Amino acid sequence: MKTLLAIIKFQFHDTLRSKWLAIYTLFFLILSYALLSFTKEPGKVILSLLNINMIVIPLTSLVFGTIYLYSNRDYIILILSQPINRKVLFVGLYLGLSLPMAISFLVGTGIPLLIFIKIFSGESVVLLFLFLGGIFETFIFVSISFLIASLNDNKMKGLGLAIFLWLFFSALYDGLVLIIMQIFMVYPIEVPAIVLTMLSPIDLARLLVILNFDISALLGYTGAVYSQFLGSTTGLILSLLTLCIWVAIPFYLGLRCFNKKDF
Amino acid sequence: MSKILSSLIIIYLILLQGVAVSKTIIVGQHERIKTIKQALETSNDGDVITIKKGFYLENNLVITRQVSLIGIDFPVLSGNKKEGIITVKANNVTIKGIHFTDTGSSFVKDNAAVKLDSVSNCVIKDNKFSNNFFGIYLGKSWQCSISNNIIISSQKTQAYSGNGIHLWYCKDIEIAGNTVDGHRDGIYLEFVKRSIIKDNLSRRNLRYGLHFMFSDSCEYFSNKFEHNSAGVAVMFTHHVKMFNNIFENNWGDASYGLLLKDISNSKIYNNVFRRNTCGIYLEGSNRNAIENNLLERNGWAIRLMANSMDNNFRKNNFLSNSFEVATNSTRNFNTFSNNYWSDYQGYDLNNDGIGEVPHHPVKLFSIIVEKNRPTLLLLRSFFVELLNAAEKIFPVLTPETLVDNSPEMSLIK
Repeated sequence: MKTLLAIIKFQFHDTLRSKWLAIYTLFFLILSYALLSFTKEPGKVILSLLNINMIVIPLTSLVFGTIYLYSNRDYIILILSQPINRKVLFVGLYLGLSLPMAISFLVGTGIPLLIFIKIFSGESVVLLFLFLGGIFETFIFVSISFLIASLNDNKMKGLGLAIFLWLFFSALYDGLVLIIMQIFMVYPIEVPAIVLTMLSPIDLARLLVILNFDISALLGYTGAVYSQFLGSTTGLILSLLTLCIWVAIPFYLGLRCFNKKDF
Repeated sequence: MSKILSSLIIIYLILLQGVAVSKTIIVGQHERIKTIKQALETSNDGDVITIKKGFYLENNLVITRQVSLIGIDFPVLSGNKKEGIITVKANNVTIKGIHFTDTGSSFVKDNAAVKLDSVSNCVIKDNKFSNNFFGIYLGKSWQCSISNNIIISSQKTQAYSGNGIHLWYCKDIEIAGNTVDGHRDGIYLEFVKRSIIKDNLSRRNLRYGLHFMFSDSCEYFSNKFEHNSAGVAVMFTHHVKMFNNIFENNWGDASYGLLLKDISNSKIYNNVFRRNTCGIYLEGSNRNAIENNLLERNGWAIRLMANSMDNNFRKNNFLSNSFEVATNSTRNFNTFSNNYWSDYQGYDLNNDGIGEVPHHPVKLFSIIVEKNRPTLLLLRSFFVELLNAAEKIFPVLTPETLVDNSPEMSLIK
């Protein structure tokens, strides 16, 4: 435990010191501030932030995550020559990256929102889920990137895979789901549709927001299955649970690879 | 001279008689007259019947003389869940300050707490109604006023419930400042002419907050309709004015902020439509002016069926709706101009406040959803936004003529 904390602390400081995290925070700061000063419509701001959640956070988490493991290779080898548990090191590295990234997202978007909090009266639930989604995205995609980096020694291959995965989850996957739903249009596809949507972490984060934001649309024009799933807390709890699973599985697989890896 | 004098004396005597005849009858548990029925029997035209605080079990009272029924501290008139309570069959009747409760429900009879039957100049104000089948029922009446009543019921099924305020074949009625809660239709009008419906609150009704048919030349303003299970539906009427109303939180598959079916030559302006599954739905509605409304956070701000023509949507604010406009055709015979669309992505180079790029409010995704409802789950996903953007550049499936050529750049005040 002590070593774990020491590693997290070291990595945390190391990450915080690096320039790119400052740039990452600044990016969020400038973007949300600009958004808020251009428009006074809370809906518009929320939707733009949702797009950031769905596109920017997965991309940066995946790319930074893979690069991070590759560039820390020497450090990892050095540490592993000490009597330190590999698991502890992996957890330390993971939290040492994902925590600062999540914090930088929170700070970067949170401060401008706090400045303009007045226009968001009545939107607090949506905002909460927006932040929750962003934090989950960070943890999920950092753990996926660690899995990728542990699996591939070739940097280019790893990075390419990371970018492909980003493209797949943020755009291609929804396209596939849409095609499937169009093909099986005549069948009752509500339940498979919900399951398919839950298989993508980006869709889950989106679902968390639109469940609150577009509820008036979602509760109309859809069958009883949707109403039951979307209109109750069951949907919410299930989405949150699936998000947790999405953090856990890649993390566990990454941990196993890392354990067996021959550095 | 003496003729004039004598006629003056006669007129004076007639007036005197009129004053002398009008008396006040007090009804109360500790008074000489204990029931309202008894009071009505002894009353003459012009009398005031004052009802003291208490509980009165009454069924099928009929008012045949021009009297005023005034309650003190809301005496309770209960129908004991049997039948209706009061039927007014005389003109110039005033009913004020009474609490009506528990009329019987019936599949056959329209049991109402207060029923006005072919009368005029009646006033029903400041009353409370609770757990009635029908609250106030007007048939073939004219120039009556229904104001500041609180009408609350907790009915369960549409088939076995009545309306809060029900008008049938009436004209020149004013319905103002009432609260209707938990009936079948909050305010129901059929074959009503030239009436004014204002400042009412209609909510949580099982069917429509406001429902009218064949009711021409009526005005509806400053009303609030919220949480009604099917919103507001108005049909087969022309020359209606609706303004300053609020339509809020009407959610559901067949729920509309405002459903217009066969409504023509009407004006709908300065209303607020917020968080409804569908803000305004138009079917077979022609030549209406829909102006200066605020449509915010609805599922569908406007659903425009292809059998609606020559409607003019102007100077409306569309804010953060899931879908701005949906339609069922690739053709369009309505005009949209000078609206503010929060989804607009154009620019204004000459700085005149109007965007240079036309705005197409119908998105490709709304057409997909129209045909395949479950795809709604993909709302606001990146892929869907890409599809919409592609369709915007090369419109194939969306109606090309459904376009706002002069979208406003900033919120219309």
